[in-house]
Amino acid sequence: MPVAQGARAQQHSLEAWQDPKARPIVSIEGVTKAFGDHYAVDNVSLEVFQGEFFSLLGASGCGKTTLLRMLAGLETPDSGHIYIDGADMTHVPPYRRPVNMMFQSYALFPHMSVEQNIAFGLKQEGASKAQIKERVSEMLRLVRLEPYAKRRPHQLSGGQRQRVALARSLAKHPRLLLLDEPLGALDKKLREHTQFELVNIQEQLGTTFIMVTHDQEEAMTMSTRIAVMDEGRILQIGSPSTIYEYPATRYVADFIGSVNLFDGRVTGGADGQVFVHCDEVGATMAIAHGEPLTAGTPVSVALRPEKMTVTDVKPESDVNVLRGVVSEIAYLGDVSIYYVALPNKTLVHVQLTNLARHTSSPLTWQQEVWLAWEPENGVVLQT
Amino acid sequence: MRRWRSSLLFTFMAFGYAFLYVPIFSLIVYSFNESRLVTVWAGFSTKWYGELLNNDQILSAAGLSLRIAVLNATGAVVLGTLAGLVLARFGRFRGRTAFTTLITAPLVMPEVIIGLSLLLMFVAMQNVIGWPDARGMTTITIAHLTFSTAYVTVVIQSRLSQMDVSIEEAALDLGARPAKVFFVITVPVIAPALVAGWLLAFTLSLDDLVIASFVSGPGASTLPMVVYSSVRLGVSPQINALATIIVCIVTVAILIAGFLMHRQEKQRLRL
Amino acid sequence: MMPPPVPSSAPLSPPPGPSSPTLLGYLWRWLLGFPFVVRVRGLAMGTVSWGRAMVTAVPFLWLLLFFGLPFLVVLKISFSQAVIAQPPYTPLVEWLDDGVMTLRLSFQNYLLLAQDSLYWMAYFNSIRIALIATVCCLLIGYPMAYGIAKAKPAFRVPLLMLIILPFWTSFLIRVYAWIGILKNNGLLNNLLIGLGLIDEPINMMHTDFSVLVGIVYSYLPFMVLPLYATLSRMDDSLLEAAADLGCRPGKAFLTITLPLSMPGVIAGSMLVFIPTVGEFVIPDLLGGPDTLMIGKVLWTEFFSNKDWPVASAVAVATLLLLVVPIVYFQKVQEEGAKRAEEARK
Repeated sequence: MPVAQGARAQQHSLEAWQDPKARPIVSIEGVTKAFGDHYAVDNVSLEVFQGEFFSLLGASGCGKTTLLRMLAGLETPDSGHIYIDGADMTHVPPYRRPVNMMFQSYALFPHMSVEQNIAFGLKQEGASKAQIKERVSEMLRLVRLEPYAKRRPHQLSGGQRQRVALARSLAKHPRLLLLDEPLGALDKKLREHTQFELVNIQEQLGTTFIMVTHDQEEAMTMSTRIAVMDEGRILQIGSPSTIYEYPATRYVADFIGSVNLFDGRVTGGADGQVFVHCDEVGATMAIAHGEPLTAGTPVSVALRPEKMTVTDVKPESDVNVLRGVVSEIAYLGDVSIYYVALPNKTLVHVQLTNLARHTSSPLTWQQEVWLAWEPENGVVLQT
Repeated sequence: MRRWRSSLLFTFMAFGYAFLYVPIFSLIVYSFNESRLVTVWAGFSTKWYGELLNNDQILSAAGLSLRIAVLNATGAVVLGTLAGLVLARFGRFRGRTAFTTLITAPLVMPEVIIGLSLLLMFVAMQNVIGWPDARGMTTITIAHLTFSTAYVTVVIQSRLSQMDVSIEEAALDLGARPAKVFFVITVPVIAPALVAGWLLAFTLSLDDLVIASFVSGPGASTLPMVVYSSVRLGVSPQINALATIIVCIVTVAILIAGFLMHRQEKQRLRL
Repeated sequence: MMPPPVPSSAPLSPPPGPSSPTLLGYLWRWLLGFPFVVRVRGLAMGTVSWGRAMVTAVPFLWLLLFFGLPFLVVLKISFSQAVIAQPPYTPLVEWLDDGVMTLRLSFQNYLLLAQDSLYWMAYFNSIRIALIATVCCLLIGYPMAYGIAKAKPAFRVPLLMLIILPFWTSFLIRVYAWIGILKNNGLLNNLLIGLGLIDEPINMMHTDFSVLVGIVYSYLPFMVLPLYATLSRMDDSLLEAAADLGCRPGKAFLTITLPLSMPGVIAGSMLVFIPTVGEFVIPDLLGGPDTLMIGKVLWTEFFSNKDWPVASAVAVATLLLLVVPIVYFQKVQEEGAKRAEEARK
């Protein structure tokens, strides 16, 4: 699968989270929340910095929404602390936090017009009529909804409602904006377009965004950093490319993009490479790895399907080569995916880009092929 | 085969609706009967309406009933909204089972038991704390409030639990305090249920004979109590006239409500 | 004829002082405690919330005071004896001069209930009539609810409105309408004689038949509405799937529609059966002197015989009779609400 090209240019050489002097705008310290005997959030700690677009990514029920709701003050942690701008917010009610949230259902007030919805938060602050009017028209301009100011939510399309929800949650100049699956209710075409729009607005305003999503492509496209969650814990925090290229665990490797995983044992290492022997498929792999590992350590090797080659000619090397038979070919237009059955029946999928039209591929069903990859293209995961 | 089945269903429904409406139409028709005998048609007349409007006993009873019904409906909406909030929003708490039981039991409790138990308690309270010193409008209103709150709670609770909770959360998030969220967001959203609950409590109160008979005292007769004592003596065309007036008011009210709902629906669809 | 009163007097110690932890103390702590420890589901607003406590306390205390407490009063009076006094019953607890509290429990009223066949007959007859009425409502109401659920969408709301409309008009007057129809020179007999079907008027008023007609008529909407609710929620594709798998329509109704509508059948039946057992107005206006129903017996004991203790004992016995169906009904309601909530998620 191709990684969606980031909507965000890599602008700074030194990102905030790499700067030891930077003070986080949000810091979550050892937060735990249980519902009954189910731990929705289990001892989570993380820091988010000014101007970030931070994503909490995970399957449904992984605790990402609960974590977001605790930031908003809609849930109280059982233990741990939440600091926003250095102040302890753990037990501060939602209406006294410098944080606003955009809800998954948008939660627009059905009995108020677009204008009144956007003005609601400002009214609670006790802003003057003139201030409210100015800010509301500013927000309407930002989300390009000026002609719809007088309409009620049920008279708007899904995309327009989403923009009203965004404008309403930004109207109060929140220090931090929380977004709960902001694009979840939109259809696919609109969603892709809105991703860019949301990122543009975030860069324009410089507000820190924390977004919850289950869609890995969305998280990759929009975020500066991603925290992958499972069963209430954070498995890995990192930039989209780090998470994709250097997954920390089997779960992350499997959840982000698609991957082939081989279990094996370390047999040795040299020149920044680790040698892994996989009994199951009967092959030795040499994978680039930062630190040497003791022989005998059980590890997994993760290989992305687009980082392998498949040929009908036997390569010269013995290392990083697997022999198999093409069992299925899926033609997806831009790419084709070859499912190759190894002698022990394990299926490996490999992706090839269809560079030219009408090129009849030399590979066909039941043909004997060889898979190969460079040491830098694999990842060793400690299990 | 299919036609046979649907015509059978149609017959059943026609019979059912006839069963529901023939008695009501017979009441209306015979309210315009010249004769005192309900079953003999002696020509068209509106004289029973005239007599009804000069019947001070019925008119004052109707006045009392209306006052009680308005007080009761208003109080029941307040209590029912609070109880509905507790059931729909507060989740689990100690005593929730007791609370639910207290709410739903009046729905199915025989009226004679509610009436008797309330009267006995009013008497006991009078002996212990000297209140209520007399039984009448106050005690009837309290009794009606107690059982109609249960009905209103059910109506409001079901609307509250259909409502998207994140709307309330969004208002909190935008800086409104919980009490303000309730009045500015929740109340407008559930307004139709509040109106429905008010009307339901109003009707229940206006309709109640048994409980009012128990807890009322000398000199305080509600409309159903007066109707009951006159019906026990036999058929009376004045009661037919009263029935016709009630049916007309209800029908007009329902038609207006239906029209308003229809218009709202159309407005919603227009844009 | 009457059995001697059974005075089961027992001297008790004076009321416990504030030092001894008692049932009352526990109750008090429980009452004070519950609003503060609510497990907040949606909105977290701190651990102690006075607003929340007030919102819970107002309706709770109201219902406790005017619905819960009265039952204890009824229970208490059912154990006393009727006297000509104000109030017309003996006190349960008496303080003797030397500070000893005497509890005087009289089971006479319950003995009377057990021994006099009048009460047995009344209970038996109430249940019998309530059962027959429930079955009749089901037989008439099911096709109506089914018909409404299968009608064209545009017709559904008006048809439902027509079911509900009689409910908004006076109950008493609708029962009264049947007097004019069922009596000997009433509309139905006149019609039948006019058609030449009968020569003599059939005696229908003041019988169990007229009571049944009145009950079925008054309680039919309570059967139709819950039935409609379950039938209209049912997925039509289930029947299409059954037909696709070779099931004939009649059999599909019996094996799919009917079992799936059981929650509605149960709710409707309970809504008809439970209040009918204690019904007073209908047996009083349409029934005869030998139509014994428990609501009427209670009313007579109270208003005509002025025997408050016996009336209370009748009420307690009726409640005991109804407690099983009421608890069952509540369980079904709770489960339905839970299922609806899950479906929404």
